[in-house]
Amino acid sequence: MTVLDIRDLTVRFATHDGEVAAVSNVSLSIAKGECLGIVGESGSGKSQTFLAAMGLLAPNGRATGEVNFSGMNLLTAGEKALNSVRGNKVSMIFQDPMTSLTPHMKVGRQLAEVLVRHRGLSAADARAQSIAMLKRVQIPEAERRFEAYPHELSGGLRQRVMIAMALLCAPELIIADEPTTALDVTVQAQILDLIRIAKDETNAAIVLITHDLGVVAGLADRVAVMYAGRIVEVGDVRQIFKAPQHPYTKGLLACTPRLDDETGGALLTIPGQPPNLQRLPPGCAFNPRCAYVMERCLRERPALLPDAAGGLSACFLTNAQGAP
Amino acid sequence: MTAPLLQVRDLKVHFQVRSGGLFGTSIPLKAVDGISFDLKAGETLGIVGESGCGKSTLGRAVLQLLPATAGTVAWLGSDLTALDKAELKAQRRNMQVVFQDPLASLDPRMTAGDIIAEPLRNYHAELSTAEIKARVKEMMEQVGLLPSMINRYPHEFSGGQCQRIGIARAMILKPQLVVCDEPVSALDVSIRAQIINLLTDLQRRFNLSMLFISHDLSVVRHISHRVMVLYLGKVMELADRDALYRTPRHPYTQALISAVPIPDPEKERAKPRVIVNGDLPSPLNPPSGCVFRTRCPKATEICAQVAPPLEHAGAGHEVACHHWRE
Ligand SMILES: Nc1ncnc2c1ncn2[C@@H]1O[C@H](COP(=O)(O)OP(=O)(O)OP(=O)(O)O)[C@@H](O)[C@H]1O
Ligand code: SF4
Ligand code: SF4
Ligand SMILES: [Mg+2]
Repeated sequence: MTVLDIRDLTVRFATHDGEVAAVSNVSLSIAKGECLGIVGESGSGKSQTFLAAMGLLAPNGRATGEVNFSGMNLLTAGEKALNSVRGNKVSMIFQDPMTSLTPHMKVGRQLAEVLVRHRGLSAADARAQSIAMLKRVQIPEAERRFEAYPHELSGGLRQRVMIAMALLCAPELIIADEPTTALDVTVQAQILDLIRIAKDETNAAIVLITHDLGVVAGLADRVAVMYAGRIVEVGDVRQIFKAPQHPYTKGLLACTPRLDDETGGALLTIPGQPPNLQRLPPGCAFNPRCAYVMERCLRERPALLPDAAGGLSACFLTNAQGAP
Repeated sequence: MTAPLLQVRDLKVHFQVRSGGLFGTSIPLKAVDGISFDLKAGETLGIVGESGCGKSTLGRAVLQLLPATAGTVAWLGSDLTALDKAELKAQRRNMQVVFQDPLASLDPRMTAGDIIAEPLRNYHAELSTAEIKARVKEMMEQVGLLPSMINRYPHEFSGGQCQRIGIARAMILKPQLVVCDEPVSALDVSIRAQIINLLTDLQRRFNLSMLFISHDLSVVRHISHRVMVLYLGKVMELADRDALYRTPRHPYTQALISAVPIPDPEKERAKPRVIVNGDLPSPLNPPSGCVFRTRCPKATEICAQVAPPLEHAGAGHEVACHHWRE
C-alpha cells in the first residue's frame, strides 16, 4: 500500500543571481513498511525533495507537482492541514536534534505536548506514554531524563529523544535526514539498530536520507540515487549495490573506500567537480564527468525508465530509450 | 637500520579547564595522556578514534603548535620540545599540516598563488618573484590544479579544490613530515577519493612520512601502513594496518570496526555486531583504571582499578587491555 506518492516534483529557489532548480521532476513512491534510502552528494536535492513535500521550503522556494499523502495533495493542502499531518502522521528526524527540540523546554514536556495536541491525551497519560517511549528507545533512567533539558543530554541521547518523539504518534511515515551523520561511529551503530527495530515493530514507511552508502546498505529496501536535483537511478537495494546501472551510481560505489577492502591501491574516482546547479550542461547533467558519454548525451536528457536490472535508470546506455 | 624520523615518548597535553565551581578551581582535561610512537621515513601512521579522543591535539603537539605538558618529541634524534624559537622555525620547514575545513583554513583575502607561495617566502627569501611563481605553478600542477587559476581567491574554488590548495601549500617546501588532520572529512565522496589518491601519490613520490588523523576507519585502512587507535587521550592499540583490521585485539578496536557500515547489503546485514553501550564519557571525568571500561563488554573488576599497560601482542602489535588474550 502506497503511503507517500510524489509526482513530478520540481523545486526552484529565487536567488540574487538567478533561479536555482534544486529538484527537477522527481517522482517517487513509498509503501507501508518500506525503507527507501535516498543517496547522492551534497547539494543533489535529497533534503529539499522532502522538505518541499512536507511544506517546509524556505520562503524563496517554490514547489510544483503533486505530493499525495493520506488522500490529499500536500503541495496545495494549506498550513492547517499540513500542521495536522506533521508530527502526527509524518515524523521528521534531522541530523542535529537541537534544530527540532526547543532548547529551554524540558524534554519530557516536549514529548507529552505532542500527545496532548495530536492525540488529545490527558497530561498524566501523556507523561506515562512519553516515559514508556523513552524506555522503548533505550534511554537509561527514563524518568530522570524526562525532566532534563536538551542541552543536558549527549548527542546520542538527544537523537534517541528525537526518535522517541518521532515514534510517539505511531506515524505512517518517518523522514530521517542524515540521522546519524553527526554521531560517533559507535553511537551511530546504536541509533541505526534502534531505527532497525522501529522499522520492524511499527510498519511505518521510512525515508532514509544519507550520503553514507553503508548506512543505506544496512537498512534500506529500495534506493534512489540523486544527481543535480534528479533521480538518476532507483531500484532494489541488493540490485543497486550488486549491479548498479547508471554510470554515476557505479562511480559512487567504486570511489567509496571500504572497511572490508583488503587490497588498497588507488581508488577509482569520478573525475571533475560536483555539478553547479546554475550552470548545468545541456543534455545529461552527468555528461562532463561520464566515462561513457556519447554525442547524444550532449543534446538530449535521458528519462528515468526501466532498465535490464529491473530498476529504473536515467541513462541512454542502460534504459529502454537507448535500445535501437 | 634507519632511525625513526619521529620519536614521540610519553607525550602529555593537559588543558586546565575551569570547573565552574564556587572557588573557580580548574581541573585538568587530559587530551593527550602518555602517548608514545615512532614514525619512519615514508611511513603513514593512521590515528583513529571518536570525538574528544585527542587525535587533533596529538597532531598539533607533535608539530609544536601546542605546548606539551610532559614527554618528548624527537625529530631525527633531537628533542623539539627543547628548541628555542629560531631553532624550531628552522626545523618546522620539514613539517607541514593539512587541515579539515578547506575553505576556513585558507585566508580569504589571499590568492591561491599567494597562499601556496607563503612558506616559500618565509623560508627562501633569496628566491625571485619569477622563481616563486614558477614553483607555485609547478606545485599546482602536481596537486591537480590548473596553473591558470593562480590569481583566483579561495571562494572561487570548490571544497575539493581548496583542499588541493592546502595540500600544495603544505608540499611546496618538500617537507619530510605532513600531519593531515581529517583532510577529507568535509569533502563529498567523489572528491574524497580524488584527494585520497593525491595524498597517497605524493606520499610515495616524495617518500613522505604522514600522520593521518581521521575518525573514518575505512579511509584510514586505505591510506595507512600502521594504525593507532585512541580513546580518551590514551593508546588502546597500535599495529600494522592489516593486523589491526584483520585481528583487532582490543575490545574498543573490535567495537569500532564492527560499527562501521559496509556498503554491501549482504555483508552489512550478516556481519556480527559488537554493540557497545552508552556514549563517550566526558574527558573531564574519565573512568578510573581502563578508560574504556564503562562501555567495554569484557570489563571485570581489575579494569576499574588498574590502567592496563601497552603489551606486545605480536610483531609491532601493541594493545592496552587486561584481557586481550581471552
Ligand atoms: N533557500 C535556498 N535558496 C537557494 N538555494 C537553496 C536554498 N535551499 C537549498 N538550496 C539549494 O538547493 C540544492 C539542493 O539542496 P539540498 O539541501 O536538497 O541538498 P542535499 O542533497 O540534501 O545535500 P546535503 O547532502 O549537503 O544535505 C543545493 O544546491 C542548495 O544550495
Ligand atoms: S546518458 Fe550519457 S552522459 Fe549520461 S550517464 Fe548515460 S552515458 Fe553518461
Ligand atoms: S582493560 Fe578491561 S575494560 Fe579495558 S578494554 Fe580490556 S577488558 Fe575492557
Ligand atoms: Mg541534506
